[in-house]
Amino acid sequence: MTERPLSTVQLFATCVVDAMFPQAGRAVVRVLEECGMTVDFPAGQTCCGQPAFNAGHRSEARSMAEHTIRILDATDGPIVMPSASCAAMVIDHYPHLVADDPELLTAASRIASRVREFTQFLIEDIGVDELRVTTDEAVTFHPSCHGLRHLGLVGYGERVLDASGSDRRALEGAHECCGFGGLFALEMPTVSGAIMDTKLDNIEATGATTLVGYDASCLLHLAGGLHRRGSAVNVRHIAEILSHADES
Amino acid sequence: MTEAPATFVARASAESGTAKAAAVGTAARHLIEKRDAAVAAYPAMDVMRDRLREIRLHTLTHLDRYLAEFADAVEGLGGRVFFAADADEATAYIRRVAEQAGAGVIVKAKSMVTEEIGLNASLASDSRSVVETDLGEFIVQLAEDRPSHIVAPVMHLTRFDVGRAFADKLGVPYTDDPTELNQIARAHLRKIFLGAEIGISGVNFAVASTGSVAVVTNEGNGRLATTAPRVHIAVMGLERIVPTPEDLGVALEVLARSATGQKLTTYTNIITGPRRAGDPDGPDELHVVIVDNGRTRVLADEVSEALACIRCGACLNICPVYRAVGGHPYGDVYPGPIGAVLSPVLFGLEGREELPYACTLCGACLEVCPARIDLPRMLVHLRERVVDEGDAFGWLKPAMKSYEFAATRPRVWNGVLRGASIGGRASRSGWFRRIPWPGSTWTKVRDLQAPSTRSFRRWWRDRNAT
Repeated sequence: MTERPLSTVQLFATCVVDAMFPQAGRAVVRVLEECGMTVDFPAGQTCCGQPAFNAGHRSEARSMAEHTIRILDATDGPIVMPSASCAAMVIDHYPHLVADDPELLTAASRIASRVREFTQFLIEDIGVDELRVTTDEAVTFHPSCHGLRHLGLVGYGERVLDASGSDRRALEGAHECCGFGGLFALEMPTVSGAIMDTKLDNIEATGATTLVGYDASCLLHLAGGLHRRGSAVNVRHIAEILSHADES
Repeated sequence: MTEAPATFVARASAESGTAKAAAVGTAARHLIEKRDAAVAAYPAMDVMRDRLREIRLHTLTHLDRYLAEFADAVEGLGGRVFFAADADEATAYIRRVAEQAGAGVIVKAKSMVTEEIGLNASLASDSRSVVETDLGEFIVQLAEDRPSHIVAPVMHLTRFDVGRAFADKLGVPYTDDPTELNQIARAHLRKIFLGAEIGISGVNFAVASTGSVAVVTNEGNGRLATTAPRVHIAVMGLERIVPTPEDLGVALEVLARSATGQKLTTYTNIITGPRRAGDPDGPDELHVVIVDNGRTRVLADEVSEALACIRCGACLNICPVYRAVGGHPYGDVYPGPIGAVLSPVLFGLEGREELPYACTLCGACLEVCPARIDLPRMLVHLRERVVDEGDAFGWLKPAMKSYEFAATRPRVWNGVLRGASIGGRASRSGWFRRIPWPGSTWTKVRDLQAPSTRSFRRWWRDRNAT
């Protein structure tokens, strides 16, 4: 792999961050800018298509993959995503989805080598010691299944949080699924809720005031579960912990 | 007994949150902890898993050859081999053997394939008494229940449930002390073992080069059932083959660690032919029934690697869905991720359309599978097949069409996000407690935070406009 200059970073915000957690997207921009990067937000980006792919709707997923590949391939430099599962979708599944088209496949492979989940970019490309923000917030970290088992980001979120000085509480069963599973949450809500309850019990048992994660979609599900049970635990994307006050 | 609901979702919803499901969750976690400890103490595990995978895939590729070699070897030793195309052929053969042996009492060691072919019911129709001798299966039989796990059949029961079943069916005083319960079962079964004419067992692995069948247990019942009676019938799925005794060694090392966190199971029986002249014990007759029952179909399918499974149950134990609902909602004898892949191909997709969706795609099963079977990928593939033929949930297809339409047209997508922002303003608290169908399934168990009144892209545009 050729060394790429780190100066310009493409942000693929992902649909969940764009619509539901814009504060996480803003925080990513601030953190990257504080690290001396120029951030660009490629126009025309939509959704990576993961929900369609996971549900077995391959043809829909393929056309969304094609759309995203064309948008991202027109840019240069690392592509940062504030969501591990979307990054895994692009890295692991895009090349298979478009394997029937050699030109698209080449582009998909180019993109796959440029995509970084946010903490992965901080650790592998920047080095966590460059973080300029410190916090003493009592946090606990939910590593997502896609982060752990697709991208291999074992310990990444924890390392970044520790570098920020936060009071991180170990989460029992951290490597277990939270029960979200994309459309699974809608297809089998009772089962999803039962899996979630175990996770929420473990989160609340840490005594942390804030649940932190790098996968916005798990966070959407867990935040909803915490709110339903009237929990006082806040939910934030990891970038929000690492960034200065939000301008909004 | 009331009729079980027709679909996985209905059955799973009914089971989740019950004491039964809680018992499964606790026991499954316990087994995975033991598995993890055993793997951590065995540095060669990763290499052995790779080796096992190689052996299993090689065997599946050359299954015809190894099955023929195995059958020849068994017959050379004086055993008999019967190839059964389906459940009916298998049970018919076994019933004939029982008839010829004049068997009144049949003892059984644990075997999932005999559950699959409904052997007990078919022998019972000939008024033969079939007694399960694996403690778990014995309890299932007494309680007129079904196994909920391929290794630990009564994972869904507590010792209190077992105590009640024993008191009810065996007429013993109630106890929930596990040691006492064990003693009761042991005393009860010992008499039956000694009077049985036929022993039926499953087969963990069959060795092609020697004609041996390996049966592993932790209770010794497998050894008694295959040696005390005059006739031994070993029943196996046609994929249980390994080429050589060395390969068997690899498989056994990996199986026990993955299943129960043991280095080896307590009893490893390697049975090579019937009793020979001068042998102190062993059956006079050995029958090996090799069951297809849909397996050739799996072999020809895109999910053929699922036949590399060695039935350790680790994927069940680690699966968040299995842990939450237990084995019964899966409906067939093979529950958990491996069942969700195998059952639709073995027994037909119709009526099982929801099974491939019984998975969050968390990938934990692939991480622990000793043969590294990519079950999540297979489940997505089966979902594609469900989509080709219909819609498991009735709303996915139209939803995915509109979603694709919007996500491939940036201007439409911007409009959707604008709409979401406006919708977000409808909530004063920033949360929705109930939203319309099909989103109502989201708010069934969790609240939905309102979409932000200002999307990220809107912020970005405003920021760069100034």
